Amino acid sequence: MCEHSPLAGKTGCPETAQTVFDSAHRQPPAIEELVQLWRYRDLVAQLVIRNIKARYKRSVLGVVWTMLNPLLMMAVLSLVLHGLFGLRVPNYSAYLLAGLLLWQFFAQATLASTSEIVWGASLVKRIYVPRTAFAVAAVGNGLVNLALSLVPLALIMAVLGIPVGRAALTIPVSVLLTAMFTLGVALFVSSVAVYFADFMEIYQVALTAWMYLTPVIYPIDIVPERYRWLFKLNPMCHLVDIFRAPIHMNALPAMESLCAAAGASVLVLLLGWLFFTRNSDEIAYRA
Amino acid sequence: MKSPTAPDNRNTTETETLSPDTAIRIDRVTVRYRLPHERIHTFKEYVIRMLRGQLRMIDHLALRDVSMEVRRGEVLGIVGRNGAGKSTLLKLAARVLQPTEGRIRIRGRVAPLLDVGGGFHPELTGHENIFLNGALLGLSRAEITRRLDSIVEFAELRDCIESPLRTYSSGMIARLGFAIATDVEPDILLIDEILAVGDEKFRAKCAGRIRRFRDAGTTIVLVSHDMHMVRELCGRAVWLNKGRVEGEGTADEIVTLYSRA
Ligand SMILES: Nc1ncnc2c1ncn2[C@@H]1O[C@H](COP(=O)(O)OP(=O)(O)OP(=O)(O)O)[C@@H](O)[C@H]1O
Ligand SMILES: [Mg+2]
Repeated sequence: MCEHSPLAGKTGCPETAQTVFDSAHRQPPAIEELVQLWRYRDLVAQLVIRNIKARYKRSVLGVVWTMLNPLLMMAVLSLVLHGLFGLRVPNYSAYLLAGLLLWQFFAQATLASTSEIVWGASLVKRIYVPRTAFAVAAVGNGLVNLALSLVPLALIMAVLGIPVGRAALTIPVSVLLTAMFTLGVALFVSSVAVYFADFMEIYQVALTAWMYLTPVIYPIDIVPERYRWLFKLNPMCHLVDIFRAPIHMNALPAMESLCAAAGASVLVLLLGWLFFTRNSDEIAYRA
Repeated sequence: MKSPTAPDNRNTTETETLSPDTAIRIDRVTVRYRLPHERIHTFKEYVIRMLRGQLRMIDHLALRDVSMEVRRGEVLGIVGRNGAGKSTLLKLAARVLQPTEGRIRIRGRVAPLLDVGGGFHPELTGHENIFLNGALLGLSRAEITRRLDSIVEFAELRDCIESPLRTYSSGMIARLGFAIATDVEPDILLIDEILAVGDEKFRAKCAGRIRRFRDAGTTIVLVSHDMHMVRELCGRAVWLNKGRVEGEGTADEIVTLYSRA
């Protein structure tokens, strides 16, 4: 869009009085969307701020609850699985909490992206907004919540006396990869959810099943050896694994898992982006 | 004087470069809405029908082979019955819709002046909503900060700008929306029957602001059912009928023709 503008080089890519939009000379949708998303980056920030503020205002406990929720779940699951069923994992609380936090980030962000796009669709029919902004904002919001919930995680680790070493420096990498994977999935589900009101329920059921098929609350060792390869086809299995290694064992992530996680995240994000941007022009056409 | 005519072949040869005097140029544009024959509400139903090959679609042409030009600095009125395709035309110019066929070229920054109340959040204050809404309209944080005062001033909401939006009346919300949307200094302003917001005093203020835009040389495309307003504000006008251009000429001519039809 900017190639027509003599000012484009000087000022980034603002629309000036001379910028010409030409429907016959558009960039491929995936590229155009990327350019527009960058121009609308403040919108993504505003959407994240809106969600955090709205949540905080509705109940002062909003932020506290974000931190407390996984802790409560951890307490209950520890009691049941560890105490009653005798699941033997060293430092099970930390193992469980790390897995739950990452899973909740993934699950909540993808679910939130469906409600964001449904909300956004009413606007997208009237004004131009890059449509990926809604999914990106949902993932950004999830990242803020994840960061908040690292506080209780650190507390638990301190109480349990789990040492924190240099391996912890890999946590941002694992989070980044998970965020990429999450965004890819969010783009897929929100491009369907925008048309069908019942899709969210279907997806919610699928998410629950997906969680039980991922070693979040149990160790992969309890899966019989001959089925294990099946579990490893699931990218979340590797993402949880690399996120958890430094927290639970103060160990570096396994190279195999790291490669699988990185490959899957890049691939899913790329496919999700292409799929979404190819179809997103349609949103404005639907009543 | 150019007499109103149905679109002729003058527009079929697309000029490759857009003349600097042209704000919007539309060449043989068709917009097709494709809808499922019966409304399908659920994903399950959609999949079942798709598998059975029962997905029948009906096409609806909202615009058919429309060509027109909006010159820089002019105020163009669009008139036509309900469903004629006026809003669809503005959506094309706002880049909300892409043409199914044909080509559209737009020069400069476009601001659609419409009710973006859907972008407001009831729990946030007016102040916070200005930032959210401005961002939705493509303004950067710095730009909104710079305009904050004049927006609040114009909306006459200084006293309650720090209260949550759910405490506002619908007229106050509409005022805030209008104030944000018109504070953008666009090259092209698109107005779709929005002037019926707020109380009488505020409506007069809105009309004043639009006149100021016009006098400052902003290109304006105005959709209205109010023939009095079209006559008063517009230089030229286009009459759309069932998705086709029925006539094009000075506002007076078109309003006379359209009112007679
Ligand atoms: N999202 C949509 N899906 C299907 N058909 C649509 C959609 N939007 C508009 N239409 C149809 O396209 C035609 C043109 O609609 P449009 O909204 O452009 O009319 P209009 O001239 O603005 O009418 P009004 O004066 O009532 O605002 C109408 O027949 C309408 O039914
Ligand atoms: Mg309309």
